[in-house]
Amino acid sequence: MPGGRFRKELLGTYAVWWRELKVFQREKSRVVSSVASPLMWLFLFGGGVGSAISLGGGSYQSFIYPGVLVMAVLFSSVFFGLYIVWDRKLDVLKAVLVAPVSRVSIFFGKVLGGCTDVMIQAVLLSCFAVLFPGINLWMIPVALGICFITSIAMVSLGLAIGSMFESLEGFQVISTFLVFPLFFLSGALYPVGDNLPGWLQALVRLNPLTYSVDGVRGALLGLNTFPIWADVGAITFFGVLMILLGTWLFSRMK
Amino acid sequence: MLDGSKMAIIETRALTKTFGKIQAVRGIDLKIEKGEIFGLLGPNGAGKTTTIGMLCTIVKPTSGTAVIDGHDIVKEPGDVRRSVGIVFQDPTLDTVLTGRENLILHSMLYGVPSDMRDKRIDEILELVDLKDRADDITRTYSGGMRRRLELARGLLHRPAVLFLDEPTLGLDPQTRARTWEYIKRMAQNEKTTVVLTTHYMEEAEQVCDRVGIIDHGQIIALDAPEKLKQAMGGYMVVLRVKDPPLETIRGLPYVSEVKEVDGTLEIAMKEAHLHLPDLLSKVPNVECVETRVPTLNDVFIKLTGRDIREEETEDSGGWVEAAHRYTQRGS
Repeated sequence: MPGGRFRKELLGTYAVWWRELKVFQREKSRVVSSVASPLMWLFLFGGGVGSAISLGGGSYQSFIYPGVLVMAVLFSSVFFGLYIVWDRKLDVLKAVLVAPVSRVSIFFGKVLGGCTDVMIQAVLLSCFAVLFPGINLWMIPVALGICFITSIAMVSLGLAIGSMFESLEGFQVISTFLVFPLFFLSGALYPVGDNLPGWLQALVRLNPLTYSVDGVRGALLGLNTFPIWADVGAITFFGVLMILLGTWLFSRMK
Repeated sequence: MLDGSKMAIIETRALTKTFGKIQAVRGIDLKIEKGEIFGLLGPNGAGKTTTIGMLCTIVKPTSGTAVIDGHDIVKEPGDVRRSVGIVFQDPTLDTVLTGRENLILHSMLYGVPSDMRDKRIDEILELVDLKDRADDITRTYSGGMRRRLELARGLLHRPAVLFLDEPTLGLDPQTRARTWEYIKRMAQNEKTTVVLTTHYMEEAEQVCDRVGIIDHGQIIALDAPEKLKQAMGGYMVVLRVKDPPLETIRGLPYVSEVKEVDGTLEIAMKEAHLHLPDLLSKVPNVECVETRVPTLNDVFIKLTGRDIREEETEDSGGWVEAAHRYTQRGS
């Protein structure tokens, strides 16, 4: 009965998601710290730099607000995905992986769990938008929509990498050589127009996160370099790639 | 041998697994009857866990196959997974969740209908005496409680077969005894076939209807523990003696097996009460005599020429580490 089987797979996805929500409920301190660090970027970094320069005709803090929002999504998503290494080390996943549910369903449960986590943080951060002049508050749902797609892509990326590693030793390497470059090269902290040197320009344009930042900035401030539909298209395309890569690696994981 | 009228719930056919050059399991043919508690005994590295892994569809057989409750482990792994429950050697509870939440998660993953779920969870929690601790986070559970919850989880979806891989590993002796009681009780209550591995021979004797002794990936003996022990010749006589006349003893008609360990002779013989005086008259300078009924460990020594406990100390890395992890997580 294929219909019944599909329902069982959906239930499996829901089960994994439900588990992640329970974990999230119990580890509230994680929410506080994951919101605190972007706020430091906004107020301590943005406040300092903003006292010296202004960008796009508005304040520097308003300018980096979309970037910091996407940064929070990036970090939380990738690290949520990588956390699977720890789950495997503690054998928490073992009982789940022998259940009569396909790896793909379990993967989607994890992705949904991660996205829920991340979106709660993003919604909390979006409340601070009222503090920055020039931000179009009516466009916050659009910005959150872009954050959601970004989160799916980045949780999938984290899970893809996490299912290849067996120990936590790679964490530092991944954050230094993957997560930070993605962040710095996304235009979160500076405009990505023609003023950039050629090599930096090229790297920035190759970075999928650039389109998330540009999309969110376009929605909230109207300061986009690319059309918003192109931003959404680029990040969605990257998300689909990451889901394919993630489900493939997750299914092969031992 | 297996009575043809009884139904085999598990039947393996030349089940084989090789890892590179190592032959972990070498063509096992085994029938396990419905409703029995079957023990797979052997030292570490004998192929117990690999065999269980293949039966649970976690490990792919190199060749051969097995049929569990009518489903082929190679061709229908999904159906096999639905009809078996597993308790792993290492603890796999979700220690962030409560006992009840662990069971809810499991029932969703195994597609237990939601209208039956709560009733079933209460029922199984009752069976393992964890009802009053059900809503506590499992991190706060003792080692024995965790094991019991894992047993409950393994049986939650009413599997035809429950696999237990070293179910008492890392528990203290008292908790081990209690855990076996639970295993027996649950197997009876739930009418489940239980297949377990252990290297605690004495414990297996008390619990298992039949045991298979596995060594170097092969089943070298298969019967009820009582029958295996009877086949040893009835009694074990242990003599401490200087310069034992080994040849003379071996030549005695009632002696079936002689083994020397550090100046101690272990002699398997029939009707010790009749022949002991005769034996003692032929062995000079006996310092100490002890008679006992043979244990499964004696059977193992006879079959392999080695003591299962010697093996443990030599090759204990795996389980000592596992035991260490168990206790560590309890704190």
